[in-house]
Amino acid sequence: MKYIYMDHAATTPTNPDVLKAMLPFFSEKYGNPSSLYSIGQESRTVIEEARGKVAKFIGAKHDEIVFTSGGTESNNFALMGVAWANQKKGNHIVTSSIEHHAIINPCKFLEKRGFKVTYLPVDKYGIVDPDDVKKAITDKTILISIMHANNEIGTIEPIAEIGKVAREKEIIFHTDAVQTVGHIPVNVDELNVDLLSLSAHKFYGPKGAGALYIRKGTKIVPYLYGGDQEKRRRASTENVPGIVGLGKAIELAMQDMEEECKRLASLRNMLIEKILSEVDEVILNGHPTQRLPNNANFSFKYIEGESLILSLDMEGIACSTGSACTSSSLEPSHVLRAIGLPHEIAHGSLRFTLGRSNNEEQIDYVVEKLKKIVNKFRSMSPLYEKK
Amino acid sequence: MSVYSEKVMDHFRNPRNVGEIENPDGVGKAGNPVCGDIMELYIKVEDEKIVDAKFKTFGCGAAIATSSMVTEMVKGKTIEEALKITNKAVAEALDGLPPIKMHCSVLAEEALKSAIEDYYKKKEEVK
Ligand code: FES
Repeated sequence: MKYIYMDHAATTPTNPDVLKAMLPFFSEKYGNPSSLYSIGQESRTVIEEARGKVAKFIGAKHDEIVFTSGGTESNNFALMGVAWANQKKGNHIVTSSIEHHAIINPCKFLEKRGFKVTYLPVDKYGIVDPDDVKKAITDKTILISIMHANNEIGTIEPIAEIGKVAREKEIIFHTDAVQTVGHIPVNVDELNVDLLSLSAHKFYGPKGAGALYIRKGTKIVPYLYGGDQEKRRRASTENVPGIVGLGKAIELAMQDMEEECKRLASLRNMLIEKILSEVDEVILNGHPTQRLPNNANFSFKYIEGESLILSLDMEGIACSTGSACTSSSLEPSHVLRAIGLPHEIAHGSLRFTLGRSNNEEQIDYVVEKLKKIVNKFRSMSPLYEKK
Repeated sequence: MSVYSEKVMDHFRNPRNVGEIENPDGVGKAGNPVCGDIMELYIKVEDEKIVDAKFKTFGCGAAIATSSMVTEMVKGKTIEEALKITNKAVAEALDGLPPIKMHCSVLAEEALKSAIEDYYKKKEEVK
């Protein structure tokens, strides 16, 4: 059976060219970049090359990139690093209510350690109002962290404007750009950010590799302590193959980002139009236009998402849901709740995130199968006919 | 690879006894307080024996499979026997459920109990 993967926001397959670039650094070129002999120095050279590529993509300086194990570590590094470094100045952090758990959970941890966190609400499209950010700031605020684009509903936040607010008030500003880097243009100066998290496996690079951009002069302490790697900003022997893969993936992303962006957006529009016109009682979640080119998130009323996922999987289609039934907490997605969806509508949510392997024919196939599946479960649903 | 047993997947794929019964002798409703799912169970009773059962469920794979299984289990049983069916028994009949999905089977047990209660109530009314 053909397999249709539409869950690229979860992860992407490693590009074969990326893998090829990585392989020698597992076996014959295994030197530790901190070693002075030649295979060590060769590893050092490729790491710095990769750093240059990452810096170029986001418009940063070479030295402002610190390699990490991925998005989660970058986010923890940013939050904890700024919190511990600026404790004397204040204990207040401003973030949003739709952040990834890799932001929310470190914030919760910091709350237990005496920090105060404001979780800003969003509008029905998932947008954070820069004015709200402004109002939330107190003389104790040391950090603002707002994601660039939301991983579930794809909404792109007004980061540049929020950054302006942060600048005016001279507060460190972090953005979790895990969903945008490698997909849409990201420039740290245009966005007015001081810290930015990115992760390789979201754009056809390997898992376990990411980076934190740290603007020169930002007051932050390390998250990992040990050796002198990464100019003492992040200890641990560098993940050379991973870093090489990250560099290669970002280089490849840059080559055709504009065309791929357009291609995905038109596929996504096709998917949205078809579903909204061919299935009734369905809602598009997220912003109609200010959203990631590859993201479409729907709520199918009167149906539960896990049933949809299982049935689509049987047809060879992979996507995801924010239903309570698939989360270990049995709570529906906090993002869907934050945009105001009632419990039972959050239940029937389905997220499709498109990528390089997808094409028009697959969109047709998915819509056709989905229609049948939706009908089947609606006919079984005690809520459906009682509307 | 599925998180569910083959039996669960079988009942999920081809749920038995979906729908409603016209003029049922008992209707049971249960809502799952944990995740917010809902089940309705309809029974037809003749001489204290459940001769038919149908269901409608808004819920996850496990909820649908346990709904389907419980309708299969009660058919042909006396009311008294049916009352003894526990959520554990339903889960076991499906070759088990992942621990986090055990609460879904409670939906089936509760809907059944509520359907039988409704049956008793209706019987009282007729008298
Ligand atoms: S019924 Fe919701 S998790 Fe099973």
